[in-house]
This record gives sequence, structure tokens and C-alpha cells, in this order.
Amino acid sequence: MIAEIGLGLLWLAAGLAVLQSVLGGLALKLTHRPDLGGAIKPVAIAQGVLATCAFVVLVYLFMISDMSVKLVADNSHSEKPWLYKFSGSWGNHEGSMLLWVTILALSGGGIALLERRVRRDTLIATLMAQGLIALGFYAFLLFSSNPFARLNPAPSDGNGLNPLLQDPGLALHPPTLYLGYVGMSVAFSFAVGALLTKDVGPAFARAMRPWVLGAWVFLTLGITAGSYWAYYELGWGGWWFWDPVENASLMPWLAATALLHSVTVLATRDALRAWTIMLAVVAFSMSMIGTFLVRSGILTSVHAFAVDPQRGTFILALLLIYIGAALTLFALRVGTVREGATFEPVSREAALVLNNLFLTVILGVVLIGTLYPIVAQAMGQQISIGPPYFNPAAGSVALLLVVAMAAGPLMRWRRDGAGALMRRMALPLALGAVVMGLVRLMAPEISILSWLGLSAAALAAAGSLAPLWGRNLRRTPLFTWGMVVSHLGVAVALAGMATDTAFMKERLVAVSEGEAADVGPYSVRLVMVAPVIGPNWTALEATMEAQRGTSRPFTLKPQARNYSNPPTDTSEAAISTRWDGQLYAVLGKQNADGSWQLRLWWKPWVTLIWLGGGLIALGGVLSLLGRLWRERRGLGEATHA
Amino acid sequence: MKAKKQRLILALLALAAVIGAGLLAASGLKQEASFFYAPGDVDHSQLPLDRAVRLGGMVKEKSIRHDPDGVTIHFIVEDGKATVPVSFKGIAPDLFKEKSGVVAEGHFQRDGSFVATNLLAKHDERYMPPELEGKMHKTGSLTQ
Repeated sequence: MIAEIGLGLLWLAAGLAVLQSVLGGLALKLTHRPDLGGAIKPVAIAQGVLATCAFVVLVYLFMISDMSVKLVADNSHSEKPWLYKFSGSWGNHEGSMLLWVTILALSGGGIALLERRVRRDTLIATLMAQGLIALGFYAFLLFSSNPFARLNPAPSDGNGLNPLLQDPGLALHPPTLYLGYVGMSVAFSFAVGALLTKDVGPAFARAMRPWVLGAWVFLTLGITAGSYWAYYELGWGGWWFWDPVENASLMPWLAATALLHSVTVLATRDALRAWTIMLAVVAFSMSMIGTFLVRSGILTSVHAFAVDPQRGTFILALLLIYIGAALTLFALRVGTVREGATFEPVSREAALVLNNLFLTVILGVVLIGTLYPIVAQAMGQQISIGPPYFNPAAGSVALLLVVAMAAGPLMRWRRDGAGALMRRMALPLALGAVVMGLVRLMAPEISILSWLGLSAAALAAAGSLAPLWGRNLRRTPLFTWGMVVSHLGVAVALAGMATDTAFMKERLVAVSEGEAADVGPYSVRLVMVAPVIGPNWTALEATMEAQRGTSRPFTLKPQARNYSNPPTDTSEAAISTRWDGQLYAVLGKQNADGSWQLRLWWKPWVTLIWLGGGLIALGGVLSLLGRLWRERRGLGEATHA
Repeated sequence: MKAKKQRLILALLALAAVIGAGLLAASGLKQEASFFYAPGDVDHSQLPLDRAVRLGGMVKEKSIRHDPDGVTIHFIVEDGKATVPVSFKGIAPDLFKEKSGVVAEGHFQRDGSFVATNLLAKHDERYMPPELEGKMHKTGSLTQ
């Protein structure tokens, strides 16, 4: 009965999405009927509430382990810890799509409830666009991915959740990324709304910006957390694999980063109007492509829950319809967007254009590298594309971007002098050059990309702090702090990536109990291997003692786990965080002579990568708070920032 | 600067960025795309020696041998048409076993053998590398 209530709620929400789209369309056409536009807000709010209720019903079914529901039986097990029953409700295809549409509907309701900055007709057009986007996803859920389908007869117990997904990270990773994807769709709805009502200007940009900022923060967190999750859960010692699924989250982030910077230009200076609209279209398209890549089952990974060609086709059709419609609308309406304010080639605006161009190139490189194997496969050729392609192509442009990032905030709006800029950049440039020389002297063997990466990180760290120079720190606006912290985060993350790539030490050895192996500055001794039992797994656990020189030893306990439901083996790496890096140990198999395979890594400063990611997100939060606070106090837009 | 002219310049810059990305990607793909081979596809007169490739098939029964160092293994990959000897230094994935599917990433050697830097094995009951699935349909002999 409860599952049928959930399905009913979903149908009702879908019906409201239809109503929301139709009302919006009519209200825009029949301007003499203001009541039509007035009705759209309550409809959007009700849709958000209904979708949320449907999602809560699904979570409830998972919590009580109702095995007569097919989705629960396929993906859960009554003996699973409660946290994984809870997070397992979105650790599968149908549940995650329901989460997607719930977040979408909630943000639609949020706009209806809270948005006051844009013109009334623009708001109506925005809500109409939101309704149309949601409609596609409701159709997808109801016609090809019903999460509430029953199973008759009900099995005595479920299949369990993929052990790789039985991790606290799962409780957070998909919702954060989806919040990011959906935030992009809201930004896109605003862009569509403004195009339809010819309202592209600073007011619209200020309404769109918090959504872009928020979505960008969530994408940043999602990518950072996903990277750390892969790092410790897969046991491969790497933090980025250029896996298509990772790229699916990176591409919207790149587009969102570009949009974030151009929407600021539009809000502050009323320049880059059509440019910003185009970026909103691109960012939404990338979110859709990301969803498509992950959800269509076209990729095999931990994310591809089940391969069903009908779903792939359905979601591809949605993707083509939305992106096609968006581009058509853009092409038809871009002529009505008037030119914005002008600026000189040396100015803050121009630097932000440069930022957008570099980001676009990186995005293009990643997009082509991600989609090419899929296209090639459709034409009967099997290829795969990995780090040898992505690292040099995307990395080299990213380095240019980081240097530009250091210079941008030191430039004035509208017009600046090249000489004055060079004077302000003198210190960062000098620091970069010193690091460049020192690294070359002390570690001539490292790769060019790591070498330039370390130098660029030093330059960017100094450059990102430079805007605070000579300011009264207590009177510096919060959004300026946000920019400084985010830019510093980029430099910190880059330093971590370059250091780890250049100086990481790896050992692969077979040792018997009592023997030791050296990795980097550490000596790691295998004390013993013994069986241990967890709530729904058994494992072999190695106890190791690691010691640097004569300092105090510490213990590492990697495991080789065996899950019973479904029967799967995984390896749980042991990671010990020291002040200057991480020691990472994986237990392999036992050889015939009784020795154990061990894989050991010393990863100096690798923690900086995720610290940097956290700083980038923190900067976004500060910026968002700063903007909202300033708006609340009614100070309007600062033209200096 | 006139607004119209500025808009034209911006449009041209955007176009240049897109074309630049395309060119950069094309040159990278030419050098670095890694192709997938089944043992039956390997042409010994034209081995792709200079690039990383993937080799996929089934691990032949009783072909896994261990080196004395405890971390290097040798095995044979077959697809019903031909076989390729593979060596791999590292910890094999948990589901790597004889008579089971495997995808090896690495390089062909001059003698036709393969040195793997990474092994991908069947992940769980629902997982099958798409490359392998395609090849299985092609050769027909691998379906179980």
C-alpha cells in the first residue's frame, strides 16, 4: 500500500509539472490575465512538496526493508546497517533519479517562494522552464524507471548493496553532485526565462548568481569527496583516473566555473550578456551529459547499476531535446539581447574573458576525450582514452589558466595599464621564478608538468593573496575574501597534485610476517595477518608497524574483505595521515610460500589536494554569504570588489 | 571600442577557443588513444609497440604462474582464436582467476608477448567490460 502511495504522489507531482508549464506559457501569452501567473507559484511549491513526499516514501520502504518492492529487493538486505539502508535508497538507478527530480522540484518551489529580484514575467518564464525540465524526468521515472514497482512473489530477503557502495561517502556523494547538477538547471531556467522576456541584464544576473554559486560549491564538494572516496576505497593509490564518470562531474564544474565568473561581470558591469546566457546553456548541457553518461548504463563502472538500452535511449532523447531546444532558443533570441557595456583589452573584464576561454578549451578537451570512445564504439571500434591523453592536453591549458587566475583579481574594471599590472604582479612572478629555479636545481628528474605545476602554484598562491595587500582586512567585504580563499585553494590543490605526482614513492613487495619493507622515508614491518569479522563481512586484516627513522612507530591495518550479500571481495586500504603526507598500504594475496603481497605508497603532501578542494568550496560559501548579506542590507552592487 | 565590434571580437574569440580545443584534442587523440585488442586481432607483423593498448579475453585454464619475487605473475589470455602470453607485476584484482574474463592494460613486446601495467577483472555479477562483451559476440567462442 505504501509503495502505491509513493507512486501516486509521483504521478500527482508530474501532473503539477504539466500544469506549471502550461500555466507559464499561457501567462506569458495572455498578459491581460494576471491571475494565471499568480497561480504558478503555489503550483511550483506544491510540486516540490509532493516530490519530496514521494522520495520520503522510498526511503521509508528501504528502512523497513519491504522486499515486495522490486527496487528494495534488488538493492538492499535486511541485515545491512541502517545507514546503508538509508543511503542505499539512492544508491541505485531509480532511487537516484527520484532524488534528482526531488531536488529539482524543491528548488523550483524555492524560487517560487523566495525570488524577488527579477521581473514578474521573467520569474513566470523561469518557473515554466523548470516545469518543462522536471516533466522530462518525471516521464523518465514513470515510464521506464518506476522506483515503486512491486515484485510478486516477494523474496525472503534482498540482493544487498554493492559493497563498494557500502560506505558513509555514499550517503553524501550523490546528493552533493545532484544538488550541483540541479543548480545548473535552475541557472539555465533563469537564462531561458530572461531570453523569453528579453530581460537579460544585471538584475537577472544577480538572481541567477546565487544558484550558480551554490551549484558550483556542491559540484566542488562532490568532486573533492568523490576523488577522496576513490582514493581510499578503490585501493589503487590514485586520486584522479580520468574515468568517464569523474569527467561527468568535472565538465559541469568547468562550465559552472566559467559561468560563475561571467555572471559576475554581467551583474557588476553589465557586460558579456549573450556570452553569459550561452555559458548557462553550456553548463546545463554538461549537467545533462553528466547525468546521461552516468545513468544511461553506457559506461561500466560502479555507477552503472544496470544496463537497460531502453533507459539509455530515453535519457539520450531527453538530452537531445533539452540541449537542442536550448540552442534553438538561443539562436532565435540572441539578436534581442542588446550589447552590454564595453571594456578595454587590458581590464578585469578581459581577464575574465580569458578565464572563460581557457576553461572552454579544457572543457572541450575533456568532452572530446570522454565522448570519443563512445562514438568510436558505436562505429565498431574499441578504444579507450586515459591519462596519457588528458594530462598533457588539459594540464597545459590549466597551468595557463592558473597564471591568469593570479593576475585577474589584480586588474581594474573597464580599463587598466599593462605596466601597472606588471608592477602589481612583480612579487608573485618573482616567487614563481624562484620556485622554478629551486625545483630545477634540487629535483631535475621530475616531469615538466609537475615542475611547471609547482612553480605555477607558488605564483598563484602569492597572486591570490595579493588583492588583500594594503587593505583593511576587517573592512574587506566577505565576497572578496571568498575569491581570495577559492583562488588560494586552487594553488594549494595544484601544489598537492604536482608534489604527489613528482615525489610519490611506491613499493610492491612480498613479505612474511615479521619482515619489513622500506617505502620513501618509512620502514614498514608486517607484524601479523589475522581474520576479523564485521557486521556483514569477514576479512583478513594485516597489522603493520611503520616507522620513520627513530621516531615513534604507528600501526596500519589494511584489510582484504569478503562480503556475503552480494558475494564480493574488496580491499580496504589503510591510510595514515602524517603532517607532510600520507602513508598508504594495501594488503594483497598470500603466496604459496606464506609471504603476503603488500603495496605501499608514501605520498608527500597529497592531502593538499583535498584541502585545496575544501578551500575552493569554502571560498564559494563565503562569497555566497557575502552577496546575500549585502543584498539584504540593500547596498546594491559594488563596482570595485 | 564600439559595442558591436566588441561583440564580434568576443564571438571570434569563443570560436577560436572551440577550434583550439578541437585541434588540441585531435592531436592528443592521434597519439594517445589506446586501442582494444582481442588475442585473435593481434597481427604479429604490425604490433602497436609505441602506444598503450588494452588486451581482453579469458585467462586460460592452468596458465597462471608466479615468479619467486611473489608479486609478478604470468598467464595466457585466449579468445578461442589465438593466445597471448601476459606478464603483470602487481596485486591482481580479487576477481582475477582462471577461465574468467580479464582486460589487461599495457604494452605489446617485440616478441608478441604483453606486459600489463594494470588488470581489470569482472567486477561483480552485473559487471562486464563492454569491450569484452563486444569481442565475445564477435568470436562467439567465449560465451559461457
